[in-house]
This record gives sequence, structure tokens and C-alpha cells, in this order.
Amino acid sequence: MNIHEYQGKEVLKSFGVAIQEGIVADTPENAVKAAQELQKQTGTGWWVIKSQIHAGGRGKGKIKGTEQRGVALAKSLDDVKNISTNILGNVLVTIQTGEAGKKVNKVLVSQDVYYPGESQPKEFYISVLLNRNTGRNIIMYSTEGGMDIEEVAHNTPHLIHKEEIDPKVGLQAFQARKVAFNLGLEGTAHKEMVRFVTALYKAYDSIDAAMFEINPVLKTSDNKIIAVDSKVNLDENALFRHPDLAALRDISEEDATEVEAGEHNLNYVKLDGNVGCMVNGAGLAMATMDIIKLSGGEPANFLDVGGTANAQRVEQAFRIILKDPNVKAILVNIFGGIVRCDRVAQGIVDAYKNMGNIKVPIIVRLQGTNAEEAKSIIDQSGLKVYSAIQLQEAADLVKKVLA
Amino acid sequence: MGVLVNKKSKVIVQGFTGSEGTFHATQMIEFGTNVVGGVTPGKGGQKHLDKPVFNTVAQAVSEAQADTSIIFVPPAFAADAIMEAAEAGIKVIICITEGIPTKDMIQVKEYLKDKDCRLVGPNCPGVITAGEAKVGIMPGFVFKKGKIGIVSKSGTLTYEAADQVVKSGLGISTAIGIGGDPIIGTTTKEAVELLMNDPETDGIIMIGEIGGGMEAEAARWIKNNATKPVVGFIAGQTAPPGRRMGHAGAIVGGADDTAAAKMKIMRSCGITVVDSPAGIGAAMAQALETIKA
Repeated sequence: MNIHEYQGKEVLKSFGVAIQEGIVADTPENAVKAAQELQKQTGTGWWVIKSQIHAGGRGKGKIKGTEQRGVALAKSLDDVKNISTNILGNVLVTIQTGEAGKKVNKVLVSQDVYYPGESQPKEFYISVLLNRNTGRNIIMYSTEGGMDIEEVAHNTPHLIHKEEIDPKVGLQAFQARKVAFNLGLEGTAHKEMVRFVTALYKAYDSIDAAMFEINPVLKTSDNKIIAVDSKVNLDENALFRHPDLAALRDISEEDATEVEAGEHNLNYVKLDGNVGCMVNGAGLAMATMDIIKLSGGEPANFLDVGGTANAQRVEQAFRIILKDPNVKAILVNIFGGIVRCDRVAQGIVDAYKNMGNIKVPIIVRLQGTNAEEAKSIIDQSGLKVYSAIQLQEAADLVKKVLA
Repeated sequence: MGVLVNKKSKVIVQGFTGSEGTFHATQMIEFGTNVVGGVTPGKGGQKHLDKPVFNTVAQAVSEAQADTSIIFVPPAFAADAIMEAAEAGIKVIICITEGIPTKDMIQVKEYLKDKDCRLVGPNCPGVITAGEAKVGIMPGFVFKKGKIGIVSKSGTLTYEAADQVVKSGLGISTAIGIGGDPIIGTTTKEAVELLMNDPETDGIIMIGEIGGGMEAEAARWIKNNATKPVVGFIAGQTAPPGRRMGHAGAIVGGADDTAAAKMKIMRSCGITVVDSPAGIGAAMAQALETIKA
């Protein structure tokens, strides 16, 4: 589960990670108040107004139809008000949001941390995540902060360092020192980095995070080490242990249909194609999407109905798939093992009759226990539903209805 | 014989008296699996499905000589259940539970390092040796006895593959559902290796998914060690890139973890990779024909 930058920073701060301070605001007026308050607290004379959406590339992204960037520097309270007015309630388009963009409901009014001083400010990259190959967490870091880390990894892989954490003992002091040395820090900044990394890993471990990405981590001109951005991703399987973090979920950031599907325990992901599908099991669902493509269509969604494909669930699934106006056909692919195919077939027929107004052709492929009975239930229903038993037959039917 | 489980396996069910445990234990017993009892803390001494219930796995090992366990314990307690089985001396631990926190599995993986046991899963359909033992949740009737081994990350796609194998006139030796979680006990390569060394397996089907580097690892091993034909399929050729905030995961994974990249590596290692999931069975039959010819 993703959370916003401002939420992530609050969590980090609660574990002693130094952050760029900020106050979140949902109206231009509140943004001005936040800026005044922040000035009192930190003495900052300039402010950075940061759009709060679950997507990266905000600094380069623009508010739809304008030249307003998603992250902008305000040198006066008038600037704060104008920039916030330009951003709030409008749609921000970044390289990660796609053309549709995302509506910005909140801005984080932040202190300016790039102030001049005794030394040059310097940006770093630090992330914490699972290394799937070893089954251990790693801290990945680089001197090349503030840049696209994938490009850094591609062009200058020697500038990316990793510290693997032994789960028996956790992060060790020598590892935190190594991070600071490899980032070329000395004196106060070195000590601050050791403290920063130690607190960061403690936070990661304590909250069951799935990934932290702090880009940039900044060494300020007065040698403080602070998190200027925060991407915090939480392990959804562990949210039962963290009700406070579960409450940070922002449903407005998610696709409305996907949220509705989730409420019915249907695992649905919307895609851009023209053939909807309903499948039991995630692997078979992906394979079904692949076969739609091989049959000349494009998958309109991923949908795993799970183990109990009864009439009610099937109907919910049909309703969700059909919310997408691009859907020209639906392929139902159920491998009935424990669940009997004839029951699923009856569920499909009942759901179809109940809904009444299905206009697109439906192909039903039921294989497994009582597959033959299931096929005859479909065939004798008098509905505009094509039936199949073999997967290849279903693929051929997709080809036929799209032709 | 087969690998991992057979008719001699003495199986216990952890989470025996819960609804999942009860349902699937019943199915396993009907299949003919030698279920010697189950574990539900606090219900020791009772009988369930005519089998003894134990408080601890250690008791099940000492009193019923259990050597194999299948776990249906809820996610919050599943890591503990795996470690209990390992400590008690269970040799094959099969964890069905879906949704175990990653942090718990990091600890489990570490805990198992110096234990003499093998974990399959979690979040998997289990293991079945056709005609001998089903230690899992798969529909047993699909798996007709034969000489094809299956290794798969996914449940229903395994059943699909097994069904196609049978329709092609072949049958199944052992099917191993390794699970799709980021941290699992038995990797694709380890499962393939087991089947490669099994005298009752003539061909291997390897089914993967997008994400991670396990198929590539298995493919490289196959290139140097294959003594039998391997047919592969990767689900998710049309799946959009994962929804992750940063791109750190892709970097750590090393090579590209898309379906296309995996299929390319597998082909370059001599695996017959099918584009369509409908072609798995036929490809296996053809691969065996080619060898005979």
C-alpha cells in the first residue's frame, strides 16, 4: 500500500529520521497559514509547494493545460497562494501518471532546505527493500541523488552500493558507517548520516514496510542529513498489525472500480483492452489475458474471482467488467477443481438472467469437475453465451466474436 | 515413488480442526493420502476425522511418526507454524497459507537454514504424486498417473497444465506448486532439480510468472544439467508493469523480469517455451516424440 509523501515523512520523523519539515494544506488559504506557521517553526524564508499524489515525477510534471509544475518554489506568501491555487483541485500529469493525470487534493508546504551556508548542499539516494534473490532486506544507496535511479543503475552501476541486512542481528553500526563513508561524508555530516540510516532502517523494520525510497536525501549547507522526499510502501499482508498505518490509505488515489471490486473480494485490475475476462486463480487469469491477446484481442482487465464462483460473485464480477465501455466481449475461464463446474454454470446463467441487459457476447469455458454437465447447462439456457471446454476452443471463440 | 510426497509419507495437518484444514484433510484422506493426524494447540487428545489431534508438532512426530506437514494456519500465525514443524523434525513442510507478512518469511528463511527439512510454499497449492499422495488443495482427479513432472508458481494454471498433459495421452508423476510469494521455501530451480533426478519422471513442465529471477536461475541450471525435455510457459505476457512507487525492485532483480525477457532466457537454455497456455500439453507430447525419434 502506498502512502503520501507527507504521511511517509510523519512516520519517518516518529522514528527519529530527520526530514524536510512541512505542513499539509487542502486550500490556498490554509497553504498560506501553513507557510506562516512553518516560518515561525523553522525560520524558513522561502517555501516549496509540493503536490501530494501517489506518483513520481511531480517536479517535472505539469498541471493539465498550464505551465504550473507539480513542485514549485515560493519566495513570498503571495507565491504560496498563487501556486497553491494553480495546483489544488486540478489534475497533475507526470511521467508516471499517464495522460489522464491525477487530481491534487493536498499540497505539502515545505521549508526551503537548499539555503546557502558553510558548505555546498549535496543530494544522495537511499532506498530500503527486499532482495528477492536472497530473502533479505538491503539498503541501496548512491551518491547520485535526485536523479532517476534506473538510469544511474544502467549508466553507472558502480555508483550504486548495497548493504544486506542479516535478519539474525539487524543493521549493524559498521554498515551504517560504511554507507556514510561510501557517500563521501566526513565530520558532522558523517555522524548525521550514520544516525539517519540507523533510524531509517529501524522505521522500515518496525512498520513492516515493503519499500522505502528517499530521493533525494540531502546534506544541507550546515551539514544536516534530511529526507527531502519520501516514498513509503507498506506490506499489505502486515497491515493487521498496524491499524494506525492502515488508516492512512487514500482511496481517492485508487481506481474507483478497483476499490469497488475489492469490497466484494474480487481482485480486479483495469486495463485498456476490449475483451474482459473473469478467471479463478491469478496465474490462470494472467494466462487468460495472454490468450486473449494471441486471439487478436486486448485484455480489458485482470479479474480473479477466487475459489467460490457462485451466482452472486459472478454477477458482481460481470457488473464490474461491464462498467468499462470498451469491453466488446467477455471470456469466463474457470478451472473447476474443488468447485463444481455445473454450479458455476448455473451461477453464470442466473447472473445473466438477473442482469438482463448484457449486450456483449460472453464466452464461457468451464473445465474440471462436471464440465460436460456445465456445458449443457450453458447451451440449453437459450442465452447468447458461447460455451467451451478446452482452452483452445475458448481462444478460437474469442477470435470468432471479434471478427 | 515420485518426489517430496508418496504413499509412505506420514502426513499431519497443522490447523487441522479449522474449516480449511477440515475440508482439505477430508479430501486428502479420500484421495488416499496417509494422514496420521493433525495439530491444533489446545485440542490435543481429541479425535478429528477419526485421526488423533496433537497439541504440538513434536508430539505428532514422536507419537505418530509424522514426517510431512501441510499448514492451513491463518497468516498471522503461519510463520510460527512452519518453524514449529522444522524444529520438531518434519522433513517436508508444505505451507498453503496465503498472505504471510514478508518480514515473518525473512525470519522463517533464516530459521530454516540449518534445519534438515524442505519448505514448499507458502501461498501454494501443495504437492501431489499421482496415484500415491496429495498433500495440497488441488483437485486430485485431474492428475492421472504418468511420467511428466510439473513445477508451477500458480494453482489453477497447474491444474490446467495437468489436464492438458492427460488429454495429450500422458500423465503426471509429481506436480509441485512452489507458490508465488516474494520469499518461498523451494525455488523453481530446486523443484526442477528434484524432478530431473527422479527416475519416474520423463519430462518436466515449468510454469512461471512475471516478477523475480527464479525462472532464469532454473533455465541456466537446465542448460547445463538437463537429461529430460523441459517445456515452459510464463504467464503475464500482457500484464502491465507492476504498480510500484520506485523502480528499485527492478534493479535488485538484476536482469529484466518481464515475461518476454524470461521466455528469451529459457529458450536460449534449450527449453521449449510455448506462447499460448493452451499449447502446454501438446508441446510436451511433441518433445517426448522428438526424443524417441
